[in-house]
Amino acid sequence: MSDLLKFDLLQASKAIKNKEFSSVELTNAYIEAIENTSSLGAYLEIVKDHALNMAKISDKNISDGVSRPLEGLPIGVKDMFCTKGIKTTASSKILDNFYPTYESTVTQNLWDDGAVMLGKLSCDEFAMGSSNETAAKGNVKNPWLLCKEVSPGGSSGGSAAAVASRSALAATGTDTGGSIRQPAAFCGITGLKPTYGRCSRWGIVAFSSSLDQAGPLTRTVGDAALMLNSMAGYDNKDSTSANLKMPNLMDYLDKGVKGKKIGIPKEYTQDGISDDIVKFYDTSISWLKDAGAEIIPVSLPHSKYALPVYYIIAPAEASSNLARYDGVRYGVRKEGKNLDDMYELTRGNGFGEEVKRRIMIGTYVLSSGYYDAYYLKAQKVRRLIKQDFDNVFEKVDFILTPSTPTTAFALGEKLDPLTMYLNDIFTVPASLAGLPGISLPVGLDKSGLPIGMQLIAKAFDEVGLISTAQVLEKSAGFNFIADGAAK
Amino acid sequence: MSNKKSIVDIATVNKIARLARLNIPESSKENLTNELNNILSFVAQLDEVETSNIEPLASVTGHKLPLRNDEVTDGNIEELILQNAPEKSSGFFVVPKVIE
Repeated sequence: MSDLLKFDLLQASKAIKNKEFSSVELTNAYIEAIENTSSLGAYLEIVKDHALNMAKISDKNISDGVSRPLEGLPIGVKDMFCTKGIKTTASSKILDNFYPTYESTVTQNLWDDGAVMLGKLSCDEFAMGSSNETAAKGNVKNPWLLCKEVSPGGSSGGSAAAVASRSALAATGTDTGGSIRQPAAFCGITGLKPTYGRCSRWGIVAFSSSLDQAGPLTRTVGDAALMLNSMAGYDNKDSTSANLKMPNLMDYLDKGVKGKKIGIPKEYTQDGISDDIVKFYDTSISWLKDAGAEIIPVSLPHSKYALPVYYIIAPAEASSNLARYDGVRYGVRKEGKNLDDMYELTRGNGFGEEVKRRIMIGTYVLSSGYYDAYYLKAQKVRRLIKQDFDNVFEKVDFILTPSTPTTAFALGEKLDPLTMYLNDIFTVPASLAGLPGISLPVGLDKSGLPIGMQLIAKAFDEVGLISTAQVLEKSAGFNFIADGAAK
Repeated sequence: MSNKKSIVDIATVNKIARLARLNIPESSKENLTNELNNILSFVAQLDEVETSNIEPLASVTGHKLPLRNDEVTDGNIEELILQNAPEKSSGFFVVPKVIE
């Protein structure tokens, strides 16, 4: 393994600024790591020349004494972000020939701050999935227990596998119902979903517009803060973008948790959760207590309805968003006898099974006669779920839960769609309420797979989320490296 | 409201597929019908929740949609707009013939 791969984002940033090594050297180390770990299937597109050009500019900036917050740091981008002139497929066959003519706001923010782009990372098709198995180009392997072929989680499975295998220093992800936090948990890294509205959705392939939110996947909580600092910000091109300045998260690192109140919801310890996760949940609670936090039992009574609400609202919004793939303006067209036939063949052929299933569910629940019974009902229960959080956050500052009920499952293990959906049980509620959440690794289960804990904060309290997560991070001292990491 | 809900059959699948402009091969319709029924019966547990006085929640942001002046902010990008089109001609998207 190149010695340069051992530096995390914050450490590498410091080292580059101190001229211990150059961005070109670091970028080359990552390009080599990408080649060494190519059997994982994390990358869909590698942009070596582009990366080295960006790295050269960074090196020149540093020698000129100019340095932006992410100067010279090589990162990967989930294929849901449109990148100008670089193929963007959302892991779908229907976008197999799509080269955006514009750049998403979030990725533009990263390049403006000096980050170096390594390439595009695989994900579930249109971010619909929890295992990365719905990707048109095939599975991504989790770098942990490589011989057992376990899922990296999803939908940001490529992003999580790349960071965990040290073939990207950090990566972007998107989270609709857990798509950053669940893969981060499965791959033993940190994943942060910001408050809805923190990061602009402009230029991100739309899945479920009232839920989609971009965020970072990184090795450490501090790294996530550095990434989010650059990714977040008001954007008038996204009508739901929050016109609220985020404090510089770097000013709030290592602030501790003394006197903070942590809620433990009784609904998150139900059957079906693995013993090892329960054990680490209890341990995490004691760590926070030892660090001076007050632990308070709370109740989120509508938690069990979060998944059914999600599996109405997300497919409904998806069916509407995905209507744009018509084989006329972009994407792969399949010719038919007439216009309707062309639409049906283009979409029938271009979308994978899970995407078609969700379009069907979404179209059904929005169709005449069923709208009130399903869609409106789900929106009403969504309000009750949000009210549960509002009530609890009157009493506590943060909520601690496991990130997932089990550690990573084997690829091909969950064939039934519903069984797969149940994996998001702990991440979906915060998504529906628009709240920020972070998953970080706290230990390994008996088989050697990472366990993630989730902290949820009040809307727009990313500052508190970061410093509380750092307390857990320090107590857990998780310093294991995946066996499938770059060597 | 439960009486508004029905079990999906192949005729319904055909109707929904048509509305969504999705070609579904005959061979996969039965399987898809079963999967949709499983998902719909799972989400039907929302019937247990009393929501008669609850307003639907469409957006969590709580802020009003921002307005801007109706001004031209870009344009003259015909080439860029057509760049990814599967078929184009003389500055237009081309679709199969719709008028006999």
